[in-house]
Amino acid sequence: MPIKASVKGHELTVAVEGRFDFSAHQEFRDAYEEAGASVSKYNIDMSKATYLDSSALGMLLLLRDHAGGESANVRIMNCNADVKKILTISNFEQLFTID
Amino acid sequence: MDARPLTILVADDNQSDRMILCAIVKKMGHKVCEAADGNEAVDQYLQQKPDIILLDVIMPNLNGQQAAKAIKTLAGEDMVPIIFLTSLQEASDLAACLESGGDDFISKPYNKIILQAKINAFERMLKMHNTLQDQRDVIRENNDHMRHEQQVAKAVYDNVAHSGCLDLPNIKHMLSPFSIFNGDVLLAARKPSGSIHILLGDFTGHGLPAAIGAMPLAEIFYGMTAKGFLMEDILREINLKLKKILPVGYFCCTCMASLSFRRHELEVWMGGLPDFGLYRQETGDVERVKSSHLPLGVLSTQAFDTQTQTFDFVPGDKFYMWSDGIIESRNAQSELFGEERLFSVFNHYDSDEYFDKILSEVNQFVGESGRDDDTTLLELSMVDESVIGKVDIDLSSGAITGPANWNMTYTLRDDTLRTFNPLPVMLNILNDVPAMRNISGQLYTLMAELFSNAFEHGVLGLSSDLKQTADGFAEYYRLRSKALEGLNNAFVKFEFDLSPTYSGGRLTILVEDSGKGFDYTNINTQSDQNFAYSGRGIPLIYSLCDSLTYLDKGNKVKVCLSWQTQSEE
Repeated sequence: MPIKASVKGHELTVAVEGRFDFSAHQEFRDAYEEAGASVSKYNIDMSKATYLDSSALGMLLLLRDHAGGESANVRIMNCNADVKKILTISNFEQLFTID
Repeated sequence: MDARPLTILVADDNQSDRMILCAIVKKMGHKVCEAADGNEAVDQYLQQKPDIILLDVIMPNLNGQQAAKAIKTLAGEDMVPIIFLTSLQEASDLAACLESGGDDFISKPYNKIILQAKINAFERMLKMHNTLQDQRDVIRENNDHMRHEQQVAKAVYDNVAHSGCLDLPNIKHMLSPFSIFNGDVLLAARKPSGSIHILLGDFTGHGLPAAIGAMPLAEIFYGMTAKGFLMEDILREINLKLKKILPVGYFCCTCMASLSFRRHELEVWMGGLPDFGLYRQETGDVERVKSSHLPLGVLSTQAFDTQTQTFDFVPGDKFYMWSDGIIESRNAQSELFGEERLFSVFNHYDSDEYFDKILSEVNQFVGESGRDDDTTLLELSMVDESVIGKVDIDLSSGAITGPANWNMTYTLRDDTLRTFNPLPVMLNILNDVPAMRNISGQLYTLMAELFSNAFEHGVLGLSSDLKQTADGFAEYYRLRSKALEGLNNAFVKFEFDLSPTYSGGRLTILVEDSGKGFDYTNINTQSDQNFAYSGRGIPLIYSLCDSLTYLDKGNKVKVCLSWQTQSEE
C-alpha cells in the first residue's frame, strides 16, 4: 500500500510511499474523502516518496479543492530533493505550505 | 440454454452403421446430414456447415484423418468439433486420430448415453466459442472504429496544435508523440508588428484530455496574436478558459515567449516547466531561464500573475525550450537523462550544433528502451527580420466597401493606461476600411510606435537612451514600473479622421499625451540605423506614412496617410 492515512483530532496525515503517480489516484482520493468532515488540516508526508509526476500534482490540486480551495490548509512535508524540485518548478509553494 | 437443434454430419461408409447413428442423433432432436466417404464429408461440410461432425476413421477415397485435416483447414477460425467413430483399440491409432485434427473419439459399438454426453459437451463448447468470437469481433470493430476516429481527430489536432509559423527559418523544432495524441502543444504565430509569439504547452497526462484542452488554447493564441494583443492579455485569456473547462487537477505547464525584431527583446512567461536555456552569442554562455508561475488553468483570474521576464536578444542569440519529457527520458537502467546532462550539451559543442546534439544525446541515452513521455524541443534564434520576411496577415472578410468618412476620438486615462492595451480595439476599427487591410501590418507598427512614444516617453517621461546598454535596459524597466504606479491625471488621446479624396482616401491620426513634451526642432528624420530601434521610433514612423508633424510643446503629433483606390481585379 503506497498510501497510508491517519487522523488525529482535526488533522489528517497522508503518507505517500515510492512513486507518486496516476496508479495511486484512487487510494489517495479515498484517503481524504473517507477521513470525514471534521478534518480541517491536511498533511502530506513525502518522506518515503521517491518521485512525483504531473498527475500527482493534479491529485494535490484535487485535495486542495476538497480542503476548501483558496482557504485550504494543506502542508506538504519531508520532501526529498527530487520531489521538492518538481514542486518548485511548478511553483506549488504559492498554493501549499511546503517544508 | 436455448434448444436450437444442431446440424450434425454423420460420415460412415458402412450404410447400416450410418443409419443407426443417424437415428440416434435425430432422436436427440438434431438435424442430420450424411456422407458415405471422406470426399462427400468435405462436400457436405461446405454445403451444410454442420455444427458437429461424426467421422468414421476408415473410409474409401479420402479417409477420416485426411477428411478431418481438410475440414479443419477450411473451417479456419470457426470451431467444428470432429468426433471420430472407430473400432480401433490401439492407443497409438487413437492418438493419431486426435493429431490429425479430431477433437474426440467414440468407440463402436455406440453407447447412446456416452454419445449424447459428448455431443452436449461439444455444444457447450461451441456456444462458448461463438460468444467469444462475437465479442472479439465487436471489440475488433470498435477498436478499428476508434483508431479511425483517432486518426481523423489527430489530423485535426495536429493542424491546430502544431501549426502556425513553426517553419520559419529561425525556428527549429521536434515533436515526438508518445501516444496518438501528444500531450505537448507547440504554437507559433506572427503579430501584425512582425514579432513572433511562441507557446510551448505540456498538458497533464496524454491523449484526449490534453487534446481537448489544446483546442481552445490554440484558438485563443492564434486569434489574439493576429489581432495584435500582448502576451499578457493572451495568457490571461487562456488561463481563464482552461480554468473554466478543465477539471480540477488538469492543467497546462506553459512557456510563452515574444520575440521582437525591432526592439531586440525576448519576453518570457513560464509556469510549471523546467529551466530553459538562453544562449548569448557575445559571451558564449547559456543562461538559465526559470519558471516563476503556476501552470495555466490552476489559478483564478484574480490570482493569475502575468509578470514576464524580458531579455535583450540580439542576432545570434538563441532560446531553447523543451518539455519535461526530454529531462525525464529514461535509459534501460531507469536513470533519468536529467537537467545536468542536458545543460552539459551546451558546454561541449558549437552553438550551431546544440539542437541536433541535444536530440542525439537524448536518443543515445535512451537507447533501445524507448520513450515514456512526450518530448518536444524548440530552438528560437534571433535573426535580422529580413531573413524572415514581412508578415502576411489574412484579414480578408468579404466586404469590399467600408466606412469611408468618419472621425473618432479615443482617450485612455490613468488606470486604463496602466492595464489595457488599446491597439487591438483601434486596429479592429481601422481594419474595417478596405484600403487599410492591405497595409494592416504597417498600420499596426505605426500605431504601436505612436502609442509607445506617447505613453512611455510622453506620459511616463522615460528616456530611450537608457536602452542602449544591457544594464540600462533593466534600469529602463525598473523606472517604467515605478512611473506606472505614480500615474495621476495622465492620458493619451487618439483622434482619427478618415475622409475620401478624389481618387482614394486619407487618414489623419492625431495623438496627444499628458506629458511635458520635448524639443522637436532637431528631429532627424533620416533612417539612421542607430536610431531605428529606439529614440522615439521616429525614423520608423516616418518611413510608414506621408507626413509626420510635431505640434505644440512636443506632446502632440500628427500623422497623415493617403492612398489611391485600386480597381479590384
